[in-house]
Amino acid sequence: MTMIFGIPLQALLGQLLIGLINGSFYALLSLGLAIIFGLLRMINFAHGAQYMLGAFTAYLLLTFAGIGYWVALILAPVIVGLLGAVVERLFLRRLYDLDPLYGLLFTFGLALTLEGAFRYVYGASGQPYATPSALAGGTNLGFMFLPIYRGWVVIVSLVVCIATWFLIEKTKLGAYLRAATENATLVQAFGVNVPVLLTFTYGLGVALAAFAGVLAAPVYQVSPLMGSNIIIVVFAVVVVGGMGSIMGSIVTGYMLGIAEGLTKVFYPEASNIVIFVIMAIVLLIRPAGLFGREA
Amino acid sequence: MARSSSTAPAVLAGTDKADPASASGFKLVLGVVALGVLLAVPFFVYPIFLMKVLCFALFACAFNVLLGYTGLLSFGHAAFFGGAAYFTAHVVKEWGFPPELGILTGVAGAAALGFVMGALAIRRQGIYFAMITLALSQMFFFFCLQAEFTKGEDGIQSVPRGHLLGLIDLNQPLAMYYTVAGTFLLGLFLIWRFVNSPFGMILKSIRENEARAISLGYSVQRYKLGAFVFSAAIAGLAGAMKALVFQFATLTDVAWQMSGEVILMTLLGGIGTMFGPIVGAGFIVALGNYLATTGFPVTIITGVVFMVCVLVFRRGIVGEFYASRLGRRLGLDHRH
Repeated sequence: MTMIFGIPLQALLGQLLIGLINGSFYALLSLGLAIIFGLLRMINFAHGAQYMLGAFTAYLLLTFAGIGYWVALILAPVIVGLLGAVVERLFLRRLYDLDPLYGLLFTFGLALTLEGAFRYVYGASGQPYATPSALAGGTNLGFMFLPIYRGWVVIVSLVVCIATWFLIEKTKLGAYLRAATENATLVQAFGVNVPVLLTFTYGLGVALAAFAGVLAAPVYQVSPLMGSNIIIVVFAVVVVGGMGSIMGSIVTGYMLGIAEGLTKVFYPEASNIVIFVIMAIVLLIRPAGLFGREA
Repeated sequence: MARSSSTAPAVLAGTDKADPASASGFKLVLGVVALGVLLAVPFFVYPIFLMKVLCFALFACAFNVLLGYTGLLSFGHAAFFGGAAYFTAHVVKEWGFPPELGILTGVAGAAALGFVMGALAIRRQGIYFAMITLALSQMFFFFCLQAEFTKGEDGIQSVPRGHLLGLIDLNQPLAMYYTVAGTFLLGLFLIWRFVNSPFGMILKSIRENEARAISLGYSVQRYKLGAFVFSAAIAGLAGAMKALVFQFATLTDVAWQMSGEVILMTLLGGIGTMFGPIVGAGFIVALGNYLATTGFPVTIITGVVFMVCVLVFRRGIVGEFYASRLGRRLGLDHRH
């Protein structure tokens, strides 16, 4: 068996893959957070709950309507994104003129309510969600066994991240978004409907979280607590990356996922905290974050 | 929309200006009544419940030093509360420390933890500060989950209460209650002195306008760190007491939900008011106790209360009272 630093190659690559998968979720979630923060200047604490909501929507669609994975992959983010848009319209809009901390506290309350409700109905244990048959099984790469679904997660999340980056950096809609981030009043004066833009942005960020949730459903179990476990790590990712840059949050997400996977190989006890340690180091060396623009 | 995340959260400011004679007279009466209630109430209400309220009230007051008087939202205060509970429980149970020394160890540990976390967190402002404190406290949570001395999922069980100063047997419920009440008053007094000192005034100026405080020549970072360590130490005092009262220290007290709970207590009672966090803590602890008998999940109610408070009740119970017609007539509200 091939060994690297006294670690079997298989174990190393296996953990690297797991790290890459976790990184995919970190990237999708921190991307959504960054998009929302960019325009709304608000941290969406409910992001984890909305990720959980995406997974549960897929589960409920399958259980009660017989709608399978492929449709749910599109439908669940749309449903959850629309719910997010409603929340923005009804509640978040009232908080824009206040200190941004109130937005954080409101969405924290929303997260608690959503998680509490699902926990009340479904209990703390997870519901299984079967891998779609087209992606079941695995393939032998010669040096390791790759479950096809996991490969799919990495590829599709990469595609969605790049597509979102393209939408924001290269399209006209994205130009409006970026302009509104810089100076919303001026953009409004040019005839762009900024309130609708805000609703759309929040919905988009939430939909990304829900999409990550559907992707995660077959990998992890669909559980009410899946969101709160991941969101704090994603906050650390966002602090490391800095929310100023879309590409920055994507890259940081994958990087930290891989760092976490590697730590699992070399020093498993620290794998839970390695991202927080990296965050602390980055704060000491470069307080604005790796890709941050603000001081 | 020019909403900079770095602006000092002036809207979080509560009512804490100096009061004229009528208000201070009213407050004096209120204080005397409250003290009387504090002394008499264990004869009418289950002492354990009261001690729980007092521990959380002190915890919330400590948290309020940061949010209400300095404008810093810490999402990681559970680390100090639960951390101190672990430290105290460990030294009292394993090393045979007397309770007063155990509490001091807890406070010192929480202050040291606060120094490390604070020094990192003050490097960013606003919501980043909140996220960093949350992440660091989660890191401490994982540390407690894996460390040897915390006994993992079980926690440190059957912690002896011991004899206070070698004289008073704390296993007597009333002795324990009055010790907790005394510690609570001491903590409250320290907080009151702290926020009304020149140091506290500078903290308020940072809350109102950080850039101006810097331009006046204050090294804002040091003041923030000082407030953070003080707040952590008092939160530790509350946690250390809780460990002695309940005779255990578990992961619940260091989990992020606890950090959320103390925010809610402060928000519900009134951010930036001296007594708001106490009222808020009373409400939330009573609610938790009541819901525990019904089996309905506390988090749903907590979450809804959070959202309602943020949307329509930002001044909190005490803040609303100060701003009400009665409160204004008593001269309690001075905001224009």
